[in-house]
Amino acid sequence: MDHGDVAWMLTSSAMVLLMTPGLAFFYGGFVKRKNIINTLMSSVILMGVASVLWVLIGFSLSFSGDVAGIIGNLKWAGMNFDGMTDTTLPYPNTLAFAVFQMMFAIITPALMTGAVAERMKFSSLVVFTAIWSIIVYYPLAHMVWGGGILFDIGSVDFAGGNVVHISSGVSALVLAIFLGKRKNYGRTAYRPHNAPFIFLGAALLWFGWFGFNAGSALGANELAIHAFLTTNTAAASAMLSWLLIEVLTEGKPTIVGASTGLVIGLVSITPGAGFVPVWAAVVIGALVSPICYFFITVVKKKFGYDDALDVFGCHGVGGIWGGIATGIFAQKSINPAVAWNGLIFGDINLFLRQIAAIALTIAIAVAGTLIAGKITSAVTQGIKVSPKEEDIGLDATQHGESAYPAFNGMD
Amino acid sequence: MKKIEAFIRPEQLEDMKEILDTLQLSGLSIMQVMGCGNQKGWKEFVRGAEIDYQFLPKIKMEMIVLDEQADSVVDSIVSKAYTGEFGDGKIFISDIGDAVRIRTGERGRKAVR
Repeated sequence: MDHGDVAWMLTSSAMVLLMTPGLAFFYGGFVKRKNIINTLMSSVILMGVASVLWVLIGFSLSFSGDVAGIIGNLKWAGMNFDGMTDTTLPYPNTLAFAVFQMMFAIITPALMTGAVAERMKFSSLVVFTAIWSIIVYYPLAHMVWGGGILFDIGSVDFAGGNVVHISSGVSALVLAIFLGKRKNYGRTAYRPHNAPFIFLGAALLWFGWFGFNAGSALGANELAIHAFLTTNTAAASAMLSWLLIEVLTEGKPTIVGASTGLVIGLVSITPGAGFVPVWAAVVIGALVSPICYFFITVVKKKFGYDDALDVFGCHGVGGIWGGIATGIFAQKSINPAVAWNGLIFGDINLFLRQIAAIALTIAIAVAGTLIAGKITSAVTQGIKVSPKEEDIGLDATQHGESAYPAFNGMD
Repeated sequence: MKKIEAFIRPEQLEDMKEILDTLQLSGLSIMQVMGCGNQKGWKEFVRGAEIDYQFLPKIKMEMIVLDEQADSVVDSIVSKAYTGEFGDGKIFISDIGDAVRIRTGERGRKAVR
């Protein structure tokens, strides 16, 4: 076991864990002040639920064995293997790999919660995310990284464009439609109540994303450095292009815009971070902002779905663009794990496989979310709070807490 | 001219804004207040310890309207603020002696309109 690799993987894991509370603040700043605790808790609860599920069955179902190329088996349930001495394991640091992957299993369902913010019953959210982890996340992690069919056809996903972002983004859209709109959607402005929180969350996400992407090199090596640099470059480029759009269309650059831009830049580079050249990261980041901006401002309005915090518009659409961009810009000389060069180097093989992988991911996410939604609805007798509870706010009705009790000096 | 002061539930505020449009009022002021009445307070638990809050957050709306508008404004506030439970609030109506629009110096009914 290489000490440097272990040190980097554990550091990366801790950084990825920090993304989930970061996401909680990122989302929390967007909602109304009466709903911030519920929004924070929607992410926080997964640090509990997804961690325990992962240790009990998740890692095993994702990475142990193979059943029809779709999911693993339960041989490693409860982390039942000797990570120190067993030489038959697929990675020299399999336990470190399990730790690292656990953090992905936490943040992915947490990403979805933004779409259903301000109106979903907390109990339903817990049940839904647990079922979703088992029927959508573990199979996808297995298919892409655990030797399943998407791995076999030769599509690549460096740090989770398909598994994390497309799956959570598309599922978020389906769940938001299944759940229904917020009571006053379209009638009132749901504007952010705390822009500094949004930036605090975005900053933590940017920091943690270095673990997410550079850690996905699975060792302290040159590929990790490369992924680190493409990650920062795409975030920077996307932030600038989002701000440019704002200045051109609305006249002024905003902190919410900067935060949104940098996050979707990170999303877009995730699948290609260890495959595309650094100059391509500038292009991928610069283009993700106009694409997402278009979906959030035009497509969402046209179809009228209430994806409250634009999880689909940012993670779904940004992830799909990232997956396609990987098929365009990937280069064998950077990472021999990819079998073909990208479209821009004159080879269409990888590009087509990327499209196929995206399509399959979308199909699994849609079907899995509908199934998990139906089961949850039956278990918790509906998944939406009553209109009155929505008016009072989810902090008071779901948690019995208030975030800002001191608003007029009474305490 | 009448002054209408309405103490209502914070969650009903969204519906109140429609009153402005439908009754063509020229403006209203809103204050966050804490109050206690028949609704009593509520309890929160912090690390298992019970905490009583005697005062609840409420919204106070204040508007000055012409005499002939007062009844319809009060009626529509009542209809939108009503839930039938303790804590729906109260409305107070009082006479106003005069009014001045600072920008133009207009007085009385012209200043309110």
